[in-house]
Amino acid sequence: MQLPLFPEAASAIASSVDYLYFYLTAVTIVMTALIFAAVFFFALKYRRRSEHEIPPPIHGSLKLEIAWSVIPFLVMLTFFWWGAQIFFANASPPPDAMDIYAVGKQWMWKIQYPGGQREINELHVPINQPIKVTLASEDVIHSFFIPAFRVKHDVVPGRYDIMWFTATKPGRYHLFCAEYCGTEHSGMVGWVTVMTQNDYENWLAGGGSEGTMAQQGERLFGQLGCATCHQLDQQGRGPILRGVYGSRIQLQSGQTVLADDAFIRESILNPNARVVAGYRPDVMPTFQGQITEEQLLQLIVYIKSLAIQGAPPVSQQTGVAATPNQNPNTGEKK
Amino acid sequence: MSTALQDPRVVETPNYLNQEYGWRSWLFTKDHKRIAVLYIISITVMFFIGGIFASLIRVELLTPQGDLVNSDTYNKFFTMHGIVMVFFFLIPSIPATLGNFFVPMMIGAKDLAFPRINLLSWYIYIGGAAFALAAIVLGGVDTGWTFYTPFSSTYSNTFVITAAVGVFIAGFSSILTGLNFIVTVHKMRAPGMTWGRLPLFVWANYATSLIQVLGTPVVAITLALVGLERAFHIGIFDPAIGGDPILFQHMFWFYSHPAVYIMILPGMGVISELVTCFSRKGIFGYSFIAGSSLGIAIIGFLVWGHHMFVTGMSMYASLYFSLLTMLVAVPSAIKVFNWTATMFRGSISFDTPMLYAFGFIGLFTIGGLTGLFLGTLGVDVHVTDTYFVVAHFHYVMVGGMVLAYLGGMHYWWPKMTGRLYPEGWAKFSALLVFAGFNLTFFPQFILGYLGQPRRYHAYSPEFQVLNVMSTAGASVLGLGYIIPLIYFLWSMKYGPKAGNNPWRATGLEWQTSSPPPTYNFETTPIVTEEAYAYHDQKETHVG
Amino acid sequence: MAQQFDSATLGMWVFLLTEIMFFGGMFGAYTVYRGLYPEAFASTSQYMNPLFGAMNTAVLIVSSLTMALGVRAARLGEQKALQLFLIFTMIFGLAFLVIKAFEYHEHWVDMKVPLFGGHWDYSEAPQFARQAQILFCFYFFMTGFHALHMVVGVGIMTTIFFMARRGMFSKDYFTPVEVSGLYWHFVDIVWIFLFPLLYLIGNARKLV
Repeated sequence: MQLPLFPEAASAIASSVDYLYFYLTAVTIVMTALIFAAVFFFALKYRRRSEHEIPPPIHGSLKLEIAWSVIPFLVMLTFFWWGAQIFFANASPPPDAMDIYAVGKQWMWKIQYPGGQREINELHVPINQPIKVTLASEDVIHSFFIPAFRVKHDVVPGRYDIMWFTATKPGRYHLFCAEYCGTEHSGMVGWVTVMTQNDYENWLAGGGSEGTMAQQGERLFGQLGCATCHQLDQQGRGPILRGVYGSRIQLQSGQTVLADDAFIRESILNPNARVVAGYRPDVMPTFQGQITEEQLLQLIVYIKSLAIQGAPPVSQQTGVAATPNQNPNTGEKK
Repeated sequence: MSTALQDPRVVETPNYLNQEYGWRSWLFTKDHKRIAVLYIISITVMFFIGGIFASLIRVELLTPQGDLVNSDTYNKFFTMHGIVMVFFFLIPSIPATLGNFFVPMMIGAKDLAFPRINLLSWYIYIGGAAFALAAIVLGGVDTGWTFYTPFSSTYSNTFVITAAVGVFIAGFSSILTGLNFIVTVHKMRAPGMTWGRLPLFVWANYATSLIQVLGTPVVAITLALVGLERAFHIGIFDPAIGGDPILFQHMFWFYSHPAVYIMILPGMGVISELVTCFSRKGIFGYSFIAGSSLGIAIIGFLVWGHHMFVTGMSMYASLYFSLLTMLVAVPSAIKVFNWTATMFRGSISFDTPMLYAFGFIGLFTIGGLTGLFLGTLGVDVHVTDTYFVVAHFHYVMVGGMVLAYLGGMHYWWPKMTGRLYPEGWAKFSALLVFAGFNLTFFPQFILGYLGQPRRYHAYSPEFQVLNVMSTAGASVLGLGYIIPLIYFLWSMKYGPKAGNNPWRATGLEWQTSSPPPTYNFETTPIVTEEAYAYHDQKETHVG
Repeated sequence: MAQQFDSATLGMWVFLLTEIMFFGGMFGAYTVYRGLYPEAFASTSQYMNPLFGAMNTAVLIVSSLTMALGVRAARLGEQKALQLFLIFTMIFGLAFLVIKAFEYHEHWVDMKVPLFGGHWDYSEAPQFARQAQILFCFYFFMTGFHALHMVVGVGIMTTIFFMARRGMFSKDYFTPVEVSGLYWHFVDIVWIFLFPLLYLIGNARKLV
């Protein structure tokens, strides 16, 4: 008979969350015990002994009211402070984090790795490597939850959400969808396998038969006709895409925006929303409905791989997208 | 052993129950007491319907596989359990029943400010309930009681609009009740009944009414937009055309968070009445309890984002909401401390209403403190959308609100019906409720931290033992609800007659007969003492 | 009785407060989307007819005047004046609804009604079509709910009118008139917010 009472802790942040949880539990137990004890003790000691007794009135005590308002509030501020710290830490992935892409769709998780590997409801990660998961939804709101890592983030359609963690203990852990999403919500579950570096490299070598995500993106770029207007090195009807990713772009409206994942996704699905300065609106067609979230991510990885003039194009490389400082397949720093 | 006093001299005086007979005298009544009885009946029916869904959920969850019913059906079970319990039981419960009956009496008035609007409120409630029941009978709704978009607006194939209409209509019942109470408390107090002398139950209902009036219209418009979107395929919340599903959540929770204070504040008001009566002592910190009711009402409008910490809301918004959530806990804590302090050097008796008050104080403390776990950002990321949340809100809603409701029903039963309930059975049921409740919901805290998500039809096998414990507790809890239903009904015919003031409580409602006459008081009372002036009680005799 | 008058007016004020929250929710959501899509919004303003809007504003303001005069007549016990002003108020209310009907018809003809399958066409500025759809929905919901409240208002005026004809009001009892007046003024004020928000922004030049 299995009776687990506490989840495994398998990520760098898990123990912080657990300590905060223990602190909250301790305060709760102490407060509850005090109240229970006081009620119990008063009920017993001051139980009615005669039908006619009338206890003298005690109206109140300002000092006591202040004390038991301020002191609990100060304790609660410690909860707030500590919780905010953990939340902050969770919010920004370190720059050397390895990218993984997770698309939630009724009722499965489709995972893509930059090296082209794809999985359904399974996630393989190496130990002690920060992992940044980009989350997208094909349909309704889902939520990507790994209890052993103490991380969770809603997956909202229409945009990208980011979550990150560092796994610290090899093993297999639950992956759950944690936002009700329809019929098979409770079936939208899977496993996260945390492996040592060696094991992970071996697993990766089993690689994606279709090429890396960037290569798949490059193929789509041709198939969907993007190359017609967006040429790599010379001006076409649309902006040059080499070096675009991560740069600041001036829009027709005068605003400047960062060309990040969300911007690229929007440019493909709703090109007239934010038009680059110097280009006319209503020339690029929308690809809404013709492209899945997974394909969008492949295109984004491809565009990301288009480094500044001088670097060899992706197809000439051996399946390694040219992101600085890091080999995405092994997580090692170059 | 009950300390309620039975008066052999009481005869069948004309009262609101026997003044007129016939279904017309009930369905067209303007008497707030009769309307309260109408509500008691309808709310009890809805409670048991919601309870049946709860039982079905717990039976399914005995095994890890989804083997009792299919997924769609299960999803409908938890949705309808939520909708019925939240909108048709918890929100109206105490204000529409005990509030309707006793707020006018407690302030020395003949009735509420707008008696016909009061009756209209009840009809509107029934109309809303009809739509909700129609949604159930036609095939059900499966969006969760929270109706999140785009699932509810675009993807669900169930009777979402019907259910949303039911909730929309019921919202108006809530608004009108709140409106009625606000005007009543402002304008209909008897001479000498100053704000500072109001019983705390009145303060609690007043604060609740403020929330009802200000918050409910927002959920009305939110659900109206979802309904319109479904009907006309427009896409206000549809991301594919630029709609924002998170906007729905902001609008929904802007009401639904204050709504939980609509549910708990009247319960807290009841506890203030019970603790004073059964300690035979004035409340400790009257102005703090009254003020904290208002404080909860106001601050409660400012914390809705704590339901949305993992949606990708901005960091600053998240910090703000977490901080305010800590703040809103303070007035609730003040109440718990003041009630406990009231018992200090009191004269405590252990009648059933007091047992429910004890239960409330303990369970609400746990429930409220676990709310802080959820308001703490770092921990919330792990436990939100898991059974931890389910456990938290059932602790405050059932361990708090329902216990307060039962306590209030037992306390005021002799006044409303003129009969005493059987104390032995009542104490037994109170213990069943307390034990059953804890067995049902405490394991869910553990399940939540382990990671079992909410709204799961099938779960991972290692969670089974805790789920079985929870279901076992639910059976005990269910029994604890059914037994009072039986003995309350039994007491109406066979219970010993109660006198005017079987508990020797202060309060204007006890100065008139049990049951009260239709016009509440023979002559308009003139108030000269503060609330809970137990020390001024002379050697009282019944009547 | 003074207490009844006080209670009734307080009750109506509380009810109006709930109406503020109801409309406020819609205004809030509209504002969010307008903030998100400013250019799409700007493209929709050419389809709003500020002339109709201005006429409606004038009609409502005058109706509030006649309503206020009616309440005054009630206070002074002037029965005929009260009935006359009630009639005028109703006429102006109906005029509002008629002008609104013309306006909605114009939108229908222009294919700017996204609510019924085929009456939506934004091909003149397709880059904004998606968001314009959302914004037009809000336009119809906000003006539609407002118009619904106007219909209710006219219904209330009719009832009050017949009550006045039966001689139910006097210097000492005119509570229903007062309370209906409050309702009417409120519906007018909602329009005063709707008009600039929906019609004037981006369109001021059209009026001048």
